[in-house]
Amino acid sequence: MPDSEPRVLPRPPLLAHGGAGVLTTALATLLVLLMLAVLLWVVAANAAVWFWPAPVWELELADGSRVVGEIVRREPARDGGLGPLLLKVGNRELGGDDHLAVDEAAIIVRRRPQDAVAIERSVGGEALGRFLSCRSLEGEAVPPGDDQALAAALAAAAAERRALRRERARHARVRRPLTEAEHAFERLRRSSAADAHDLADAERAAATLREQLRPRLETLEAAIRERERRLAGAAVILDTGAVSLEVGMATVERLTWSNRLGPLQRALHAAGSALRFLFSAPREANTEGGVFPALFGTVLMVLLMSVAVMPLGVLAAVYLHEYAGDGPLQWVADRAIHNLAGVPSIVFGMFGLAFFVYGVGGAVDRSLFADELPSPTFGTGGILWASLTLAVLTIPVVVVATREGLQAVPSSWREGARALGANRLQTLLQIVLPAALPGILTGLILAISRAAGEVAPLMLTGAVKLAPALPVDGEPPFLHLHRKFMHLSFHVYDVSMQSPNIEAAKPMAFASTLLLLVLVVVVNLTAILVRRRVRAAYRVLEG
Amino acid sequence: MTQGDDPVLETRELSLHYGPVRALAEVDLRVPGRRITAVIGPSGCGKTTLLRCFNRMNDAYPKVRVSGRVFVEGVDVTTSEVDLESLRKRVGMVFQKSNPFPMSIRRNVTFGPRMSGVRDPARLAEIAEHSLRLADLWAEVSHRLDESALDLSGGQQQRLCIARALANEPDILLLDEPASSLDPISTAKIEDTLVRLKERYTIVIVTHNLQQAARVADFTAFLMAGRLVEFGATARMFTNPREKLSEDYITGRFG
Repeated sequence: MPDSEPRVLPRPPLLAHGGAGVLTTALATLLVLLMLAVLLWVVAANAAVWFWPAPVWELELADGSRVVGEIVRREPARDGGLGPLLLKVGNRELGGDDHLAVDEAAIIVRRRPQDAVAIERSVGGEALGRFLSCRSLEGEAVPPGDDQALAAALAAAAAERRALRRERARHARVRRPLTEAEHAFERLRRSSAADAHDLADAERAAATLREQLRPRLETLEAAIRERERRLAGAAVILDTGAVSLEVGMATVERLTWSNRLGPLQRALHAAGSALRFLFSAPREANTEGGVFPALFGTVLMVLLMSVAVMPLGVLAAVYLHEYAGDGPLQWVADRAIHNLAGVPSIVFGMFGLAFFVYGVGGAVDRSLFADELPSPTFGTGGILWASLTLAVLTIPVVVVATREGLQAVPSSWREGARALGANRLQTLLQIVLPAALPGILTGLILAISRAAGEVAPLMLTGAVKLAPALPVDGEPPFLHLHRKFMHLSFHVYDVSMQSPNIEAAKPMAFASTLLLLVLVVVVNLTAILVRRRVRAAYRVLEG
Repeated sequence: MTQGDDPVLETRELSLHYGPVRALAEVDLRVPGRRITAVIGPSGCGKTTLLRCFNRMNDAYPKVRVSGRVFVEGVDVTTSEVDLESLRKRVGMVFQKSNPFPMSIRRNVTFGPRMSGVRDPARLAEIAEHSLRLADLWAEVSHRLDESALDLSGGQQQRLCIARALANEPDILLLDEPASSLDPISTAKIEDTLVRLKERYTIVIVTHNLQQAARVADFTAFLMAGRLVEFGATARMFTNPREKLSEDYITGRFG
């Protein structure tokens, strides 16, 4: 080089510099992770309110009145200052609204009385107040302070309620033949084809049964009435600040001394709440109680869907990948399946409604359930039609994942099997499908995640706010595919948007959302573990 | 091969096209029984294609067109009536890259017999031991038959593939560059195995390794651009090739 001065390379402009690219992508990744963390935190924190026992406050106000309740949060103020406190006071029967806004400036004294109780009720929402006294089943008064006597009285009432439930169930069981006979008579009376002779026979049969069962039923009814009377007399009496409130023991689900709980007891209480949430039925327009029917409906629906979609999707993928050639027809089929994945789910809902519910369901009703018409059996939304609709919706997911699994099977295995004299079916069943299992499982899991979170098509094909009965019960044929069902995703939509009592429904909505999230995460983690195990069994040596 | 001896494998005017590309052109080859025949030639000359004609493995490729005839033990196997599964049981094949299935050694060896309906565990165990002994693998794996075949070394995997082909009790064994990705020791083991096996089997081995052909093969076929240039006893062919092309190839002037 002629000149000896060291040459300096010009600094590249920022955008051309590699560092900017790294920084931008890293920041984007960070943002994504942050959003995920915030999402989890918002859902979990809001749901925790539902499970964690809050302290019960007694507030004395400037006007001399007292209120008892749990502080939910501070409301935003219009002028930028401190807003009022939102207090959950419960006791819906007193004012209709179980929440109350209290101006903080008006609070003179606030304390957490040791005798404050929160009572979860089967009817009427939560009852809050200071414990005054209690009347047992026998009508005896239990004074405050005698915790043992109170616990005994509560336990006795709970036992009485269980006995009452048992006896009502027994009554229904004993009466079932009569109910069925009456139902048969009623059906005959309404149908135009029945002749008078049959009608009289049916009526006579019902009357005979009624006479036969009368003594047993009357004994049972008397026992039920007696228990109802005893329960109606028993009550917990609370001081709500304004009045004293009698909480009937017939409705008490759980009584909590909110301000006496230590940390461990709080945790146990929360765990108990979580279990009740999972395994009990909803109450009070879904704003209280549990989500068991929704959880059950989701799981059953997903199971039925898997049974329908897996054979179909796997077979289609096997045909497309293993047998179909490379012609234009295969190209069209391929594109069609890929595009199916992008079709909005409401379109599948409409398809399910038109084809499964009205089309197939209507035909089934006309041929098999003509007796019940005009009230539909299968000709209306139900868990079977919802499952099949979601099966159609998730077919592309299964086909695409299975094909990827098939593509990952080395062709040398196929050739090796064929060269050993295995025919096509044997090669497929013995070599190809087992090795494609990770892909097939991935498809199944993706389909399940999708189905668990879908709402729109379900609303059209059978998911309801409140199902009167589970799709599975002790009555033959045990699995009732025509029944409407509850679904977690729809439940979230329902309690968050359709609830008459927004404040009461809020924790329920978040708890259900959290459960949905946990459900999907658990399914996905299971999938990853299963896939890892299968892959380990089928790993291919390099070289 | 003396005159009058019936060849075990024979092609007559065998041509094969992949779409517009001609891979084999009027190949006339007579492979004698119970001998090792090597097929040599430069890359892409049609060695593998020729080998796959004997068990009809070319059928798996789309757009393959075959003309001429292929006889296996006197039977024309190019016709559509041929039962491919039983043909492939009689004509075993070992591939260039070892391809044990992702299952135990035992299940790998017995795959062929199981696919033809052998269920009896005692019979399957007998087949497995016999085949593994033939492939000189028994001593190394007899104590771990139920471990994954994928855990074997490359050379062991290839001998497992030989054993797997032998388990079908074939008459003919086709090997497609079986040692091309193996180290010299594994290669020598496989060559020893093949030399012992020729007492019972007719073996055709495709190889691009001339020394290997010289070491193991009784006969050698030299293929170039889809044509059979020369066929003859290996010793004669390597010392005194008749064709100029063969001589150039063997002396390393190309290929």
